[in-house]
Amino acid sequence: MKIHEYQAKEILRQYNIPLPHGEVAESPEKAKEIASSLRTTVVVKAQVHAGGRGKGGGIRLAETPKEAYDAAKAIIGMKLVTHQTGPEGKIVKKVLVEQATDIKQELYLSLLVDRSRNKECLVYMASQAGGMDIEDVASTSPEKIIKAAISPATGYSPFHARKLFYGLGLDKSLSTQFSNIIKALYQIFVAKDASLIEINPLVITQDGNLIALDTKITFDDDGIYRHPEIKEMRDINEEDPLEVEAVNTGVNYIKLDGEVGCMVNGAGLAMTTMDLIKLAGGEPANFLDVGGGASAERVEKAFRILTSDPKVKAILVNIFGGILRCDRVANGLIEAASKIDKKLPMVVRLQGTNVEEGRKLLQNSNLKFEVAEELYEAARKAVELSRSTIP
Amino acid sequence: MAILFNENTRVVIQGITGNEGSFHARESIKFGTKVIAGVTPGKGGIDLDGIPVYNRVIDAVENEGANASGIYVPASFAPDAIIESIEAGIQLIVCMTEGIPVLDMIKVKQALKGSNSRLIGPNCPGIATPGAGKIGFIPNFTLTKGNVGVISRSGTLTYEVLWQLTNLGIGQSTAVGIGGDPIVGSSFVDLLELFEKDPQTDAIVLIGEIGGSAEEEAAEFIKDRVSKPVVSFIAGRTAPPGRRMGHAGAIIAGGKGTSEEKTKALEAAGVIVEKNPAEIGKMIKNILDKKINH
Repeated sequence: MKIHEYQAKEILRQYNIPLPHGEVAESPEKAKEIASSLRTTVVVKAQVHAGGRGKGGGIRLAETPKEAYDAAKAIIGMKLVTHQTGPEGKIVKKVLVEQATDIKQELYLSLLVDRSRNKECLVYMASQAGGMDIEDVASTSPEKIIKAAISPATGYSPFHARKLFYGLGLDKSLSTQFSNIIKALYQIFVAKDASLIEINPLVITQDGNLIALDTKITFDDDGIYRHPEIKEMRDINEEDPLEVEAVNTGVNYIKLDGEVGCMVNGAGLAMTTMDLIKLAGGEPANFLDVGGGASAERVEKAFRILTSDPKVKAILVNIFGGILRCDRVANGLIEAASKIDKKLPMVVRLQGTNVEEGRKLLQNSNLKFEVAEELYEAARKAVELSRSTIP
Repeated sequence: MAILFNENTRVVIQGITGNEGSFHARESIKFGTKVIAGVTPGKGGIDLDGIPVYNRVIDAVENEGANASGIYVPASFAPDAIIESIEAGIQLIVCMTEGIPVLDMIKVKQALKGSNSRLIGPNCPGIATPGAGKIGFIPNFTLTKGNVGVISRSGTLTYEVLWQLTNLGIGQSTAVGIGGDPIVGSSFVDLLELFEKDPQTDAIVLIGEIGGSAEEEAAEFIKDRVSKPVVSFIAGRTAPPGRRMGHAGAIIAGGKGTSEEKTKALEAAGVIVEKNPAEIGKMIKNILDKKINH
């Protein structure tokens, strides 16, 4: 789960990581008020779940409260397009108004999970190349990234901070501040079930202090259940409405750009079905896993989500019944189709548990669909149908 | 022979009185599995179809000789259940539970180090050795006894491939779903090593997916240490970056973990990577037919 910059900074503040003074605003008036009380030049920053905000015009400097008002007015409500939002962009609802910082040097710092075999642990990454995309640094000059592994079995130890500090070659005067930040990152990570904490840039100010200028935290979706305070930070405005609906019905759905909608049981098979649609010359409209224990009701809801995507021209249902029984899926499909007005061409491919019962149910219904036995054949048929539909 | 699961495997089901635990215990008995005990804390003393239920795993080990466990408990109890099995000296622990937090799994991995236990999963369909038994979800009808080893990060996609093999008359030595989480008990490499040593296995199917580096690590291992033919498929060629594709581990992060990279690494190690998974069965058949003619 992602959260906004201002929310991430609230968490950092609780752990005494130094931050610029500032507050979040939902209106230009509020932005002006915050700027007046800060009495300095401020930065007005769009709050969306995407990087590259500066280049997209989502970050502005304001020298006076009036300028802060104007900046907030320009940013709030704007459709911010960055390399991470996709061409459709994101509507900005809030801005963070913060004291501007005199920057001497920018550093990069993060803590994340290392999932490689037999090394499973957390790892710090630090670099002198602050402010840059760490992926670019990793690919062009990996030697500039200093790493330190940390295992939850032994926890934080001061050498972790020393390893990074001397690796970066920072001035001695910063060592206490630096190790406090390193320790706090670990504490946050394990206390909140984070999956990534990134401070980019971590700034050395002109007056010789460290300050976390920008930060990003993502959380392990599987750990959220034990952190109600994190769950509350979820902003559904940042998510696709169809995806929000899917989450609420227990269906795993990710919206894509193509024209062939698909409903599958199991994540691996769902990805494979998308790949086969592509292999057959089409584009998948989505990833959708109805899950192993899907009820007829859930199948119906999944079907409703597929048909409400206006781009979808044909639907492919691919079910391999193991725990999930084919007759149950068939009942869900029949039920859904009878309730939904929009009729789309459909290919159904059922295999596995109770497949005969499922097929019989479908044949005896007045549902219009094509049957496929094989996986690739099903994808090919669905792609063909998506093309033949008259818009 | 097969790997990990054989005729001597005696299974205790942790969470046997739950819906999933009881259903799959019964399914696995139909498949010939020796399910000799169940564990549900607080329900010790009752039985399921005559299978004794205990409060603790150690009781199932001492009284019934359990040497393998199947875990069907919710995510918030699963790390505890795994560590209980490790402490009880269970050799093969198979955890089907989905949704265990990554930090908990890092601790579980620590507990496994230096122990006598091997963990399969979590978030996996389990393991099956046709002729000996199974733990987990793999549907009985997809399996037949034979000489192909199957390893996969997926569930239903594995059933699909097993069913394909079975329909072509190709049986399996052992099929293992290693799980779709970022951190799992056993990796492709661990199982490749066992299949390479197993005299019953003549060819291996490896089903990977986007995210992490398990396939690249497998490729590195295959290059030097695996002489048996390996056929592979990597799911997720069309998956967008930065999105978790159902499985917690199936995510392209920072441009890493794409199907292209994995395919390239595996092909460089001499693995046949199919773009269409419907072709896996036929490819294996070709390989095995050639072997007989030699």
